[in-house]
Amino acid sequence: MLGKTAGGLFWMFRYLERAENTARMIDAGLRISLTRSSAAESEWTSILSSTGLRDSYTAAHGAPDGPKIIDFLLRDPNNPGSIMAGIEEARMNARVVRTALTREVWEAVNECYMVLKKILAHPVQDRELPRVLQVIRQRSAFVRGALHGSMVRNHMYNFARIGTFFERADNTARILDQKYYILLPSVRLVGSPSDNVQWETILRATSTTRAYQTLHDGDFDPRAIAQFLILDGRLPRSLAFCYAKIGENLGFISREYDHPQTCDALAESLCAKFRAHDMNAIFDYGLHEFIGDFLRDSTTLGRQIEIDYRFIE
Amino acid sequence: MAGKPNYFDEMLGHNGQARAPYADYCDWFNGEDTARLLEKSEEAEALFRLIGVTFNVYGDPDATERLIPFDLVPRIIAAREWAKVAKGIEQRVRALNAFLHDIYHRQEIIRAGRLPAEMIARNDAFLPQMIGVSPPGDIYTHIVGTDLVRTGDDEFFVLEDNARTPSGVSYMLENRETMLHMFPELFSKIKVQSVSQYPRNLRRSLAACAPNACLGKPTLAVLTPGIHNSAYYEHAFIADQMNAELVEGHDLRVIDGRVAMRTTRGYKPIDVLYRRVDDDYLDPLNFNPDSMLGVPGIMDVYRAGGITIANAPGTGIADDKAIYSYMPDIVEFYTGEKAILKNVPTHRCSEPEALKYVLDNLADLVVKEVHGSGGYGMLVGPASSKKEIAAFRAKLEANPGNYIAQPTLALSTVPILTDAGLAPRHVDLRPFVLVSPDRIEITPGGLTRVALTDGSLVVNSSQGGGTKDTWVLEE
Repeated sequence: MLGKTAGGLFWMFRYLERAENTARMIDAGLRISLTRSSAAESEWTSILSSTGLRDSYTAAHGAPDGPKIIDFLLRDPNNPGSIMAGIEEARMNARVVRTALTREVWEAVNECYMVLKKILAHPVQDRELPRVLQVIRQRSAFVRGALHGSMVRNHMYNFARIGTFFERADNTARILDQKYYILLPSVRLVGSPSDNVQWETILRATSTTRAYQTLHDGDFDPRAIAQFLILDGRLPRSLAFCYAKIGENLGFISREYDHPQTCDALAESLCAKFRAHDMNAIFDYGLHEFIGDFLRDSTTLGRQIEIDYRFIE
Repeated sequence: MAGKPNYFDEMLGHNGQARAPYADYCDWFNGEDTARLLEKSEEAEALFRLIGVTFNVYGDPDATERLIPFDLVPRIIAAREWAKVAKGIEQRVRALNAFLHDIYHRQEIIRAGRLPAEMIARNDAFLPQMIGVSPPGDIYTHIVGTDLVRTGDDEFFVLEDNARTPSGVSYMLENRETMLHMFPELFSKIKVQSVSQYPRNLRRSLAACAPNACLGKPTLAVLTPGIHNSAYYEHAFIADQMNAELVEGHDLRVIDGRVAMRTTRGYKPIDVLYRRVDDDYLDPLNFNPDSMLGVPGIMDVYRAGGITIANAPGTGIADDKAIYSYMPDIVEFYTGEKAILKNVPTHRCSEPEALKYVLDNLADLVVKEVHGSGGYGMLVGPASSKKEIAAFRAKLEANPGNYIAQPTLALSTVPILTDAGLAPRHVDLRPFVLVSPDRIEITPGGLTRVALTDGSLVVNSSQGGGTKDTWVLEE
């Protein structure tokens, strides 16, 4: 397989995952603005920060404003980080790697693009927004489903999966990075009712509310939420889960090639961190510092994968 | 022109009765509801969009991906008719290969006085870098798309040879897939010769031309200018179908006398490169130094036998429309036989007498640039205004050697489906030919291009033409 193709598969699935995650975050922001309008502005700001688009939004539109932010994140042609731009990037990468994809996967991503191009051609009306967000998540899931159902389990599949989990972990970590302070153990003592909403927002932004409630009998507890999103190996959006998958997929590739790479060792050391620490250790070390380390380490790993598998010259 | 010419309709002939090859189809069609067929037409379009069978239009940033309109009435050719056409194509392609070998070696045809020396010496498409080079298996034109037009029951003319980089084969294959998907019942009723073997044959045919440097099973790749090229879909389709890597210039580099592609496991040599990049852009060290699309040094590897390039560099000269006018002589010179397929009579404007005739008759002629393609830069006299003709006359007089002229042919028609039912439209045909050292294979049928506008003779997709599935019936 061409190095370019491996990179194209990785990025195609990163962009799809990113679009889906942005839709989740809009959903969380919308919820807050509908239920607690006083908190809305700071929530939208934090969502912009999580997506890494706060500066470009401020430069273009100034003060945070719900409807403007929604349009900016969904479809603003001047925002290369919008959902629509992400889907276009995913499809462009899919065209580049067309020969590595099954027809099912190609058609799923092409149809995702065609459907979104249509429903995001104009600003989305408030009453349409929940449906539009659902379509975005659903279309992205269709592509993932086509990948599962039709692709041979070889290095092509592995690079696609690594892209998905890499982006997903990054997204979960960025949300935690924005919200770490409401998950600190000291917060429990303060126990203000606003925190409850904040906790819910975190779960909503990762679409894990229901899973959390099932596993924790509905008790909102900051330590349990942090544990859930960072270490819980049952949750497909937790950092530990995503990195176990990244390690596993990198392992498949290096075994297929019979050639261990530097990135394998990096991924393994990240996985080992999740295995070795419980929440107490993480809180002792500092939750913010732990997340900061993780984001740096994952950037290093991303670069190393790119080098080891020759995505670019 | 006086009166409406009597065009030959391939379905209804001259007298309005269904011709034999169409008899079964017409029976079926008469039992169908036009509204249902129109729905099928929309279904086909949605299918093409989903699959992504699109082409990019240059200089139109807002409509970067367009569909080539597909008409679902097939063009049908009897086995007997096809056999003769195929024989004529084979003869012509054989002659083309011999011609290319000759002009890059001893130039016997010039020595024999059958072709003026300046046709080669002053031709931009002639590559001096190819002089004395013998490609593996002595094949220059691995893939050919011979454009044919029909004017009567038994009258076929070759319009162009397309020996450089013929495109459209993906449409031939997708059109058939679409028809099989939409009208399975038709194919159980009417026995149509298959086209689906093309990608396998292409693979085998290219592999048979592997260079000396190839030791094991040949590694094939398709070289594309990239996703913004108008034919990118086809490049990806072909690579996918024949299980080859789809590469761009920046994936390749010359290492140890081989052209190698950057894979996840390091650089891997390529044995046969099916390139969809023009000669000019192939190698910035040997040709256009500004090209980002090619591979620096690939021509040196090629000349040393380190890679096969298909089609061979320098084959473009066979597409030259002035050379075309000599094709009857070329066929006779190299095969010792009269050409089976006719050439369209061609006036070379470089010749003073011909130029005078052309200038006097511009309103009745088709005038083309000798290096032109895609229907760009041509004049269709009978379809042009006085103003357009006057403007073209000026261009022609300024540089007569750049043009040839041909009579307007009475191109055959095949019906398309319109809201008002069947309506005749002009068509041409591009059969696809594969040449390897041991055989010439012609896929039965090819790509039928159809002018969708009533009366129009321009079938090019870049000018709004559409396509049809082409059926060659079983014996």
